[in-house]
Amino acid sequence: MIAEDIIAAIAPAVPGASYEASISSDAAVTPTIRVPREFIVATCKALQAPGLEYVAFSDVTAVDFHPNRAPRFDLVYHLVSPHRRARVRVKVGINPQEAIETLTGLYPGAGWPEREIYDLFGIVFDGHADMRRLMMPDDWEGHPLRKDYPVQLRKDAQTYMPLQVTEEEFKANLERDRFQRGSAKPK
Amino acid sequence: MGLETDYEVPVLTTSAEFMIQWARRSAIWPVAFGLACCAIEMMATGAGRYDMARFGAEVFRGSPRQADLMIIAGRLSRKMAPAMRRIYDQMPEPKWVISMGACASCGGVFDNYSIVQGADQVVPVDVYIPGCPPRPEALIYGIVQLQKKIAASKLDQTPKVRIA
Amino acid sequence: MLGWGGILLLAVIAIGFGVVSVVISRFLGPRNPTPEKLAAYECGMPPVGDARERQSVKFYLIAMIFLLFDIEVAFLYPWAMTMRALGWPGLIQITVFFLILVVGYIYIWRKGVLDWGPEFDPDYKHAPKPGPAVVKRYRYGTRN
Repeated sequence: MIAEDIIAAIAPAVPGASYEASISSDAAVTPTIRVPREFIVATCKALQAPGLEYVAFSDVTAVDFHPNRAPRFDLVYHLVSPHRRARVRVKVGINPQEAIETLTGLYPGAGWPEREIYDLFGIVFDGHADMRRLMMPDDWEGHPLRKDYPVQLRKDAQTYMPLQVTEEEFKANLERDRFQRGSAKPK
Repeated sequence: MGLETDYEVPVLTTSAEFMIQWARRSAIWPVAFGLACCAIEMMATGAGRYDMARFGAEVFRGSPRQADLMIIAGRLSRKMAPAMRRIYDQMPEPKWVISMGACASCGGVFDNYSIVQGADQVVPVDVYIPGCPPRPEALIYGIVQLQKKIAASKLDQTPKVRIA
Repeated sequence: MLGWGGILLLAVIAIGFGVVSVVISRFLGPRNPTPEKLAAYECGMPPVGDARERQSVKFYLIAMIFLLFDIEVAFLYPWAMTMRALGWPGLIQITVFFLILVVGYIYIWRKGVLDWGPEFDPDYKHAPKPGPAVVKRYRYGTRN
């Protein structure tokens, strides 16, 4: 299916959404559609419908176009239909302080990739059960994969960790490092 | 060492330090601390063709409490640094550290936010082995150099200042 | 007499070697304990919680069953060595002994002590149906 056919199939299910078909070099294998930020969950639900059946979640990642583009980030979702052996790419333009709804309700496999994006880019996913850093240390400041983050960092390595953590302290640490709405900026 | 020839049976005398250091360097067991690609070369060195066991590194101990040597094989990330320090602390004296490869020695090709530029920022290193990755022969050369270093060093490795 | 003296010498050397090694290393071995060195080993991470957890009872059951049947085999071996001397009465006695234990075996079999996993289900008849996607939070430090 090419991108325009996919848009024609899901547009009736999601009224009000303005889809675009994107050009990509692998459009024969992975057609690409561009989706507005507010309609991502409805779009993926429509993509799961029988007939399209993109029920397998492959990956979500982000691209930073700073400073050359208006929506600074591009979120790129890859969905797979094992039944029809088809793939689709969904792109969403987003700015740093905007939040987007999480896909973990539809695809539980989106949990950790979304955590990775929060960790490295600072894009917050609303409704995610566990929005905290994945790869960087929990108390890291900054989001390393943004284009304005320094490449070479001269910083002393941390060599101390607590000797014993009780279970309550461990859970309290997790809560402290979770992203909280209402704090000044994403941690 | 002295060779006494006054007796009918020739007798060699030596010092306890020589014998103890010989015992320590001839059976130096590493703790399994492969982090990245250098770990593959370390495994190759322990396998049949380049057998590291001939030089004393008989088994890779799973627990640091049973090991003498920590071969830091691979890039050390900032998140791993405290864990590596803790494992180094849990090795009993006498212990030595070999920093294998470019990433463990100086950060290697990764000069960025996440890789510690040299594992010697975290643990004291005895032998550095360059290479990306070093060939098994290079790792064996490094182990032999460490054995020579142990032969030439003093018996007591107790740190005078508490560094942990 | 020389034979028994040899065994005594062997016992003295074996026990003495072990005791002398431990005693000498207790008195001559250096000790440099630091809090980090004595901390519990959890692959470098700070250990969470207490190590005292509840374990499944099936390990204990299997160990007990093994012990009992191992003793049974230990009784079977001497009978097998002197089978001809014991003759028919011996055979009847060992068979009765064995059958008592077979009754016990059938009991533990039916009771489910020997079951370690789910039944073989090639058609997925008892497989759980996939429900709506639910995000289950993994609760660190707990057995969930």
